[in-house]
Amino acid sequence: MILDRKHELERKLFRQFAETEFTKELQDRLDETGEFDWDMHHKMAKYGFMGVRIPRELGGAGGDYLSYALMIEEFARVDAALSIYANTSNSLGGGPLMMAGSEEQKQKYLPPIASGEKIMVFALTEPGAGSDAGGTTTTAVEDGDSFILNGRKTFVSGAPMADWCLVFAKTDPSARGSRGISMFVVDLHLPGVSLGAPEKKMGINGYPTSDVVLEDVRVPRDCLVGPLHKGFSIAMRTLDGGRLGMAAQAVGIAQSCLDESVAYAKERKQFGQPIGNFQGVSFMIAEMATDVEAARQLVYHAAELKDAGKDATMACSMAKYFAAEAANRCAYKAVQIHGGYGYSRDYKVERLYRDARICSIYEGTSQIQEVVISGQLLKK
Amino acid sequence: MKILVTVKQVPDTTGKVSVRPDGTLDRASMEAVTNPDDLNAVEAALQLKDQYGCKVITVTMGPMQAESMLRELLAMGVDETVLVSGREFGGSDTYATSQILAAAIDTIGLEPDDIILAGRQAIDGDTAQVGPQIAEKLGLPQVSYAAEIVKEDHTLLIKRMLEDGYMMVRIGTPCLITCVKELNEPRYMSVIGIEDCFDKEIRIMSYDDLKDHPLIDRTTIGLQGSPTNIYKSFTPPLRSAGRMLKGSPAEMAAELASCLADKHLI
Repeated sequence: MILDRKHELERKLFRQFAETEFTKELQDRLDETGEFDWDMHHKMAKYGFMGVRIPRELGGAGGDYLSYALMIEEFARVDAALSIYANTSNSLGGGPLMMAGSEEQKQKYLPPIASGEKIMVFALTEPGAGSDAGGTTTTAVEDGDSFILNGRKTFVSGAPMADWCLVFAKTDPSARGSRGISMFVVDLHLPGVSLGAPEKKMGINGYPTSDVVLEDVRVPRDCLVGPLHKGFSIAMRTLDGGRLGMAAQAVGIAQSCLDESVAYAKERKQFGQPIGNFQGVSFMIAEMATDVEAARQLVYHAAELKDAGKDATMACSMAKYFAAEAANRCAYKAVQIHGGYGYSRDYKVERLYRDARICSIYEGTSQIQEVVISGQLLKK
Repeated sequence: MKILVTVKQVPDTTGKVSVRPDGTLDRASMEAVTNPDDLNAVEAALQLKDQYGCKVITVTMGPMQAESMLRELLAMGVDETVLVSGREFGGSDTYATSQILAAAIDTIGLEPDDIILAGRQAIDGDTAQVGPQIAEKLGLPQVSYAAEIVKEDHTLLIKRMLEDGYMMVRIGTPCLITCVKELNEPRYMSVIGIEDCFDKEIRIMSYDDLKDHPLIDRTTIGLQGSPTNIYKSFTPPLRSAGRMLKGSPAEMAAELASCLADKHLI
């Protein structure tokens, strides 16, 4: 795909911002402490990154999925954790409300999310319900004008910083599997809500993740998003967009692996010449470059389908599956090209290797993407 | 109140500089960017806009390719842009350029409380002449090298940055101020700005639009109206960065001697 002038200019902005603002000092600090950087959050909000895909009338920039994918890719090319800062509001946090929220809910929640004043996160996974999201055991029981929620959500990205959380809970205990699940906006400051300790993660440090525990949490009826018992289909449709973002993140990580490897292969000398002169190394670089470009085109194509309002479920899963695996292949090769130095924290590829690893796990593992892709083909 | 900012698209001299055999810059092979000092002038204008809600208009002279720069300025928050473009203007030096830009600004029209901002100098010529010349040709007061601009009622208090210190100058409007990079940190484009910038009109001023202005005459514009002739241009040889020694005179002398000995110079 050849980008039009608007998207080309957006790419320029995202690249300029990331290369200037995501300093090495900031990247190292996030990786070492794992702590969220509020200054960067506010700075990103100021330039409209939190609301790239949120409609203009709701405080966003009114951009499309392609703009969003370009942003995540360019940010992740410099720092994968920082790419998540501007991701959630445009995908799993804001997405379900844009898709299924009532007018009142959109007006209430989306403007403060777009401005960065508030953070909304997404809680689907449970200790016993990961890829099998239909196994949700969190419950919401109707009680007059309220619902009482009980359960435990796990791996909730951004929960320690969030104000609100989209929680999926079983509202019809008699329904099996993914049926009878509803979605609620839960104010994380309500009585009965508590958070687990932030996870000690392998990578993507600097964007904390924790459990959200709900004990007799009473939420008003107007916190129900979308129709009762129909939350699971909203979750699945939101994940399409989320997968696109995470595929773009994987492209950014893979591109960074390639950038680092090309620079190192030209500079590092062995046997009296740059190691890029050796076919063993140059072929790895050719493979990486091809992987990056193929992944990128799948992501842009999926974004284009979504922007055209066409069914993009299979395209998003293909993009996520291929880009995530490509990022891992590229990270492996980047460390290999760097040799012993690649195993040292002094070089960026060490972190890229750890950051790439989550790509094929979160927002649907590679195997789940294969289930989605093959399901689309075989069910017909 | 409105603020006019003169801007120029220049080859990015921080990247690879390419010179043709005749000594002129091979602009086509170099990336085009907005002149850095001009971005400080734009930022100063946008800050005044944020504070007082005035309109910001950028004015540039150049080929039609300068449109890409103007779109970026619109995406930063500039309200309107004017592109002065025409074959007749080609080959203008600073004298002819300021003549044309002054005529363009006069055609847009200046009100008593308007301000003209310009970057101190362009990185492709480094003359720092166009801004002050525009002021002279429009008969306006000017302050150069502004490192701080504070608006106080109908005057501006400017902190001028000079080599050996600062000078505080108060100036009435309308006036022209040239800006140095120490003035501010230019903002990025915004996503909303980019989403909207391609829908905005860019006003083109051609020779025909300006030809009746008293400043415009075939003998005062373009190559013919340019008293400057480039004799020769060349890329100066690269000089490596110097190193400052620290410590007492004895320590510095010892370190210097050791450096020279390392290089087998003594």
